[in-house]
Amino acid sequence: MLGVPVVAFTVWGLADNAKLFLSTAMNGLTLAALYFLVASGFTLVFGLMRNVNLAHGSLYLLGAYVGYVVGEWTGSWLLAVAAGFGSAALFGLVLQVAVFRFMHGEDLRQTLVTIGLSIMMADALLWMFGGEIYQFDPPRAIFGRTTLPIVEIYPTYRLVLLAMSAAIGVLLWWFLNRTRVGMMIRAGVDDRGMLAAAGVNVQFVFAVTFAIGAGLAGFAGVVGGTALSIAPGEDTRYQLASLVVVIVGGMGSVVGAAIGAILIGVAEQFGLAYAPTYSVVFTFVIMALVLAFRPQGILGRRT
Amino acid sequence: MSAADWRKAMNAGAGRYAWNAGAAGRRVTTHPSPRPSPLRGEGEVAAGAWARWIGRRVGARHVLVLLAVLIYPWVATPFFTYQIGAQSLALGLIALSLTFLAGYGGMVSLAQMTVAGIAGYMYAIFATSGTTEISLRWPWGLAVVLALVIATVCGTLIGWFSVRTEGIYTIMITLAIGVAFYYLAQQNYSLFNGFQGFQSVMTPAVGSVELRAPMTFYYLALFWSLAGYFFVAYLLRAPFGVALQGIRDNPRRMSALGFNVTAHRVAAYAVAGAIAAVGGILMVWYNGLVSPGSVGTSWLINILIIAVLGGMRHPIGPFVGAIVFVLLQNFAVDLVGRERFNLLIGGVFLVIVLFSTDGLLGWWAQGRRYVQGQFHRGPGAALTQRRGQ
Repeated sequence: MLGVPVVAFTVWGLADNAKLFLSTAMNGLTLAALYFLVASGFTLVFGLMRNVNLAHGSLYLLGAYVGYVVGEWTGSWLLAVAAGFGSAALFGLVLQVAVFRFMHGEDLRQTLVTIGLSIMMADALLWMFGGEIYQFDPPRAIFGRTTLPIVEIYPTYRLVLLAMSAAIGVLLWWFLNRTRVGMMIRAGVDDRGMLAAAGVNVQFVFAVTFAIGAGLAGFAGVVGGTALSIAPGEDTRYQLASLVVVIVGGMGSVVGAAIGAILIGVAEQFGLAYAPTYSVVFTFVIMALVLAFRPQGILGRRT
Repeated sequence: MSAADWRKAMNAGAGRYAWNAGAAGRRVTTHPSPRPSPLRGEGEVAAGAWARWIGRRVGARHVLVLLAVLIYPWVATPFFTYQIGAQSLALGLIALSLTFLAGYGGMVSLAQMTVAGIAGYMYAIFATSGTTEISLRWPWGLAVVLALVIATVCGTLIGWFSVRTEGIYTIMITLAIGVAFYYLAQQNYSLFNGFQGFQSVMTPAVGSVELRAPMTFYYLALFWSLAGYFFVAYLLRAPFGVALQGIRDNPRRMSALGFNVTAHRVAAYAVAGAIAAVGGILMVWYNGLVSPGSVGTSWLINILIIAVLGGMRHPIGPFVGAIVFVLLQNFAVDLVGRERFNLLIGGVFLVIVLFSTDGLLGWWAQGRRYVQGQFHRGPGAALTQRRGQ
């Protein structure tokens, strides 16, 4: 039922202007890659701890700014990426150990605390870095142009971003499915009480998950900041994007986050290219349809 | 809410219900004989009951607060009357709708400012504004009614949409809806006039009385705030409100008792939508403009801050929160400079959330309990304190 208009639109788009259609699709996928990086951490943290970390977008911005400072200082983009991941992971760890550990199970309170934190962090970052727009200086090897069929010229970096995101996805899958800690995390998502009863240090698992989730947001900050730019307000944008992505994909599911990210990212870019006035409506319609027919999200499970 | 509290609320509601039900209940209690004495008419009984009810429920502090808010504009400067007083009342009214939903319905909706914003936008579209090519210049009374109706319908639709979810999901979905409307208003030029929004929206005059004059507007805001406050206070003790609180505490049980959980929740959204819509009209009159900035993320969150700051367990909470918020907003300049207002309000919010169970009202209640504990030192004092927590 839904497929018919999509197929019709694809055929029309390809026939009408194949270049525009394909480059829009590529842009959509790049954006989806970025959304996936942010949302996968968000969904992991929620799935395990039932904690909606509304400061997740702030971690994105924090990672981006720290990465920028380190990048300027050392001149190395790779170090900037590492610093972005590290700083956000560290901050997430501190959050988990110093704040969330003491309000376990109090959903609303955690939400309110993270809202308060995100307001303060956004303002503190604005204070320190001002309202200017910052841009990274990545190695030349990944920042040129690549010639693709039909689309012709496309920024190499976006392709790199796409590849990196896919690699992170695979790595995350491997970590969750093939390692001991990953096994504990999955067990914790399914039944936290039972995991604790089995003798696992749940607080340790929580801390690891939070650090990884936060670190991914910081990583996305540098990587995404390179593709676009860093500016105040990006935190809210990515916070909302990850919210919508996990609502569509299903809370707590990394694969769901990937599906949701692709749907939202592609829809957003096509909206911008073909109907700029109403682009936001497409995102919203997707969310509405998912909620109407599958309130728990595409891959979500009923709790 | 603990089981004991819930039972108390249920009993209070039941008692009120019987009182409302009128003759049937009263005949049993006050007139044991089948034929009531001709000397005591129904009206006198009702008047006596009213007096007793008022005497029981209205204390000195209620009268004091009411007098204070009535006298306030006569002693305050126009700045304090308009910028502080009227703005607090209008914001408090919008936050009241959230308190009603969240504190009593258990549904934290961040889209209440969106509903208020829709009311503001609709008023600007139907009535007169600086954007002459969109505004229809209909009579302001008609515009107000249309705006209220449309905003209430939108609020109900948002509710109908988000009651499919529970708890944190509700926060996220209403946030997503609110931000979607923000982007829509920003990107759409044919109806919402895009980034500019509507400037110089006309505040009407009734006869020769300009509603925009500080004192007039203050009393207008006060009237609607009091109306909202008493309406919510009444509703919470009415069968609907009691059922809503039951649903907040245990939806499955209420469902098993034969209550339509979804219908009650959607109805709560409708009520909250109407309250927020009134607040939205007041806000558009207060600001004289409505733009995407009035429904942006920061304002969605600000309404939540106001409601949480005040406390969600009493309808006076949002107004207390709004006064604190507006005072901070206006005088933060002297403390930290206007630039760092968000840091300050975020910090205050964080402190309140971390150290109080129920905002400023929670601290007030704790203080009262502490003072009472000092006065009634005895074996019961410690128990009272513990039970209150």
